[in-house]
Amino acid sequence: MKLSREEVLKIARLARLGVTDEDVEKFQVQLSNILDNFEILKQVNTENVPPTAQSIPLENVMREDVVVPSSSPEDVLANAPRREDNLFRVKAVLEE
Amino acid sequence: MELNRLTVHEAHELLKNKKVSSVELTEAVLERVHSVEPRVKAFVTVTEEYAMEQAKKADELIAAGDITPLTGIPALIKDNICTKGVLTTCSSRMLHNFIPPYDATVVSHLKKQNVVMVGKANMDEFAMGSSTENSAFFTTHNPWDLERVPGGSSGGSAAAVAADECLFALGSDTGGSIRQPAGFCSVVGLKPTYGRVSRYGLVAFASSLDQIGPLTKDVTDCALVMNMISGHDVKDSTSVPEPVPDYTRSLVPDLKGLRLGVPKEYFVAGMQSEVSDVINAAVKKLEELGASVDYNVSLPSTPYALAVYYIIAPSEASANLARYDGVKYGFSYDGPGTMWEAMEKTRQFGFGAEVKRRIMLGTYALSAGYYDAYYLKAQRVRTLIRREFDQAFEKYDALVTPTSPTVPFRIGEKIGDPIQMYLSDVCTLPINIAGVPAISIPAGFVGNLPVGMQIISKPFNEQTILRIAYAFEQATEWHKKKPEL
Repeated sequence: MKLSREEVLKIARLARLGVTDEDVEKFQVQLSNILDNFEILKQVNTENVPPTAQSIPLENVMREDVVVPSSSPEDVLANAPRREDNLFRVKAVLEE
Repeated sequence: MELNRLTVHEAHELLKNKKVSSVELTEAVLERVHSVEPRVKAFVTVTEEYAMEQAKKADELIAAGDITPLTGIPALIKDNICTKGVLTTCSSRMLHNFIPPYDATVVSHLKKQNVVMVGKANMDEFAMGSSTENSAFFTTHNPWDLERVPGGSSGGSAAAVAADECLFALGSDTGGSIRQPAGFCSVVGLKPTYGRVSRYGLVAFASSLDQIGPLTKDVTDCALVMNMISGHDVKDSTSVPEPVPDYTRSLVPDLKGLRLGVPKEYFVAGMQSEVSDVINAAVKKLEELGASVDYNVSLPSTPYALAVYYIIAPSEASANLARYDGVKYGFSYDGPGTMWEAMEKTRQFGFGAEVKRRIMLGTYALSAGYYDAYYLKAQRVRTLIRREFDQAFEKYDALVTPTSPTVPFRIGEKIGDPIQMYLSDVCTLPINIAGVPAISIPAGFVGNLPVGMQIISKPFNEQTILRIAYAFEQATEWHKKKPEL
């Protein structure tokens, strides 16, 4: 079962991953090979078997709604690729 | 005596009795680093000045009588564990310039003990890989044979411990990334029970599978480090409020009364016969030490673990790596284009091939129309895998398996075939899927190439694992063998 070019481009768009034509071809082959290996799971009878999301018995771990010290703006902005005052500078989100 | 060759507990005795200082110990380690790093390449960052400062401070404390088992001990931290003020790259271009503004909880714990951090260890990018060849910077070489891989993704950590470039290291394990390199480098590597050690400050790969753990020269050192890094953390809501025992009390040199099982599915087709010979001999040794061994144990869902892992882990990774967008930190594409184009190019150029492959796989498995067939199905099979372990641990105190089906392979041998690479983790993956603890210990050699034995037990039973590992170690000499570098 080989993924089509369109499917690969769609997944890349969902993942916000830029891809070249060469990348798309490589992914078509590699992803298909890996996905083929998952067919084996069809053999497994999982009727009435609940899914496991977490292997620990904890649920709804809460804390008090109390303000505690956090990072300073300087710390948080120290790694900013582009910075203006206490803001991260980005390209326009909404285009005209 | 080359001080860098000491174990943590040996060094502690000398420090306590003022026979040696932390400064001397750290100087010896750094000298070793300079000497062998051109060949081993385990370090992304060597924190030389910082290490000497910490060593001086440790000596002051020791002089004042303030000493704990890890005080003044030189250690290496895997580069996906956040260290405040110190470059933390995950061996990725995406984080090539990232300096965390905070310490991971495990790092805070080690700092409280005045451990001397000597650097950050090389790894497979974002912990995705089994050989350290996926590092965006360079490959680490196995100290036992420099043409071979040290394993991965904690390859730098394992190689450095084997090469005496530190006295212990921290790694992380999502599908085998502590145990497999420990096996390949003939050191001790433990993946704790999921929830035993805080993940706060560990750069997330697969949130339901990741755990931080120690890589050490012997089992006693492993227990000492576990004592210091384990425990509940309010900053990690998946850490379990289970009390931390003194793991050194498990170090008993006999196995009388222990029931061990050897699950046959772990001796996979394609396994090297020399490796199974080493493991079989090692299991015989465990019998000599007093354990009863059942060779007929079966965990029938084992063959499905590879597929389950390579659906669940990439799916969780695709979500965890969505944050790398060039906005708040890390690599950021600054060419022309719209916001979305810049984000796509940031991720295109910031991530390596394996990382992109897994993000694509995970995105696909979670996407509408495929979620039920892949992700949900994998989660149901995950339940079956966990149940089989639970049932096994009603009859056995621990299960014993090989850590890896082969000896360390050559650099370049598997990198072209993702599936071949994934197969090197078949013995370790099921353990992460089930959330149970497991260790890899040196079990022997094929020629000069290390073979690791894996010991698995039920959740929060690291004590039994350490006991079995310790007894085996004390009855053999594998842990004393050192590579010729």
